[in-house]
Amino acid sequence: MPFGQGRSGGGGGRGRDKDKKAGDKKDGQRRPMFRRRKVCKFCADKIDDINYKDVKLLGPFVPERGKVLPRRISGTCAMHQRKLQVAIKRARQIALIPYVTD
Amino acid sequence: MADRQYELVYILPPDTTEQQVAELHEQVGQIVTRLNGTIEKNENWGRRRLAYEIGHHKEGVYVLDVINGSGELMKELDRRLKVMDMVIRHMVVRVDEEKKVVDRTQTKRRTDLERRRVKRGLPPQRQPGEGRSHMESDDDDDRFDGAEV
Repeated sequence: MPFGQGRSGGGGGRGRDKDKKAGDKKDGQRRPMFRRRKVCKFCADKIDDINYKDVKLLGPFVPERGKVLPRRISGTCAMHQRKLQVAIKRARQIALIPYVTD
Repeated sequence: MADRQYELVYILPPDTTEQQVAELHEQVGQIVTRLNGTIEKNENWGRRRLAYEIGHHKEGVYVLDVINGSGELMKELDRRLKVMDMVIRHMVVRVDEEKKVVDRTQTKRRTDLERRRVKRGLPPQRQPGEGRSHMESDDDDDRFDGAEV
């Protein structure tokens, strides 16, 4: 009896492996729907100075609601996101960019 | 110690006249000179829409001053502007350090480019008509497309 159980267990294991493989293949097939690689706008355009007075530059990073666009969406690198964040906060203080818009 | 550089932005109500703006600028200038500072640049951005209402004002006259001076000067200036009724909003930002960093990265970028060009046996500056011309259109900027929140 214990022997039989062991065998069935092994069979189950093999079955799982197979499933996993099938899953991998499915993932592989889904790959072709590729996502465009995001690049940091400031690195690409070589913008060294992210200035709070430049509303045109900051605009695309402040969506309608008035929040700062997260890095995972804009693709901005960490260094530039940090500078951007400071610039946006300064621009908000002098009413160039809204804090919130409802 | 070398002077620091600051930027002062202040907003006046939309109905201020040119003369009042000039007067206020004069006042700022007096404080600056009294405390051994200099005004490097003065810019009037004119009337702009405010992004949000400040004290029932929807518009404001923006004025920017670039000031070289000490921290004590800016502290005094900040205090004085806080008291003034005419100024509906003001902000002081120190800029000299950031400017230095920007200058350094820009010169580094330029010298690096020149060095690379010389290595390739080219003149250090880009010649007119050399290389691919850049597409100036910004329309195909679909970087934010397909982004899920």
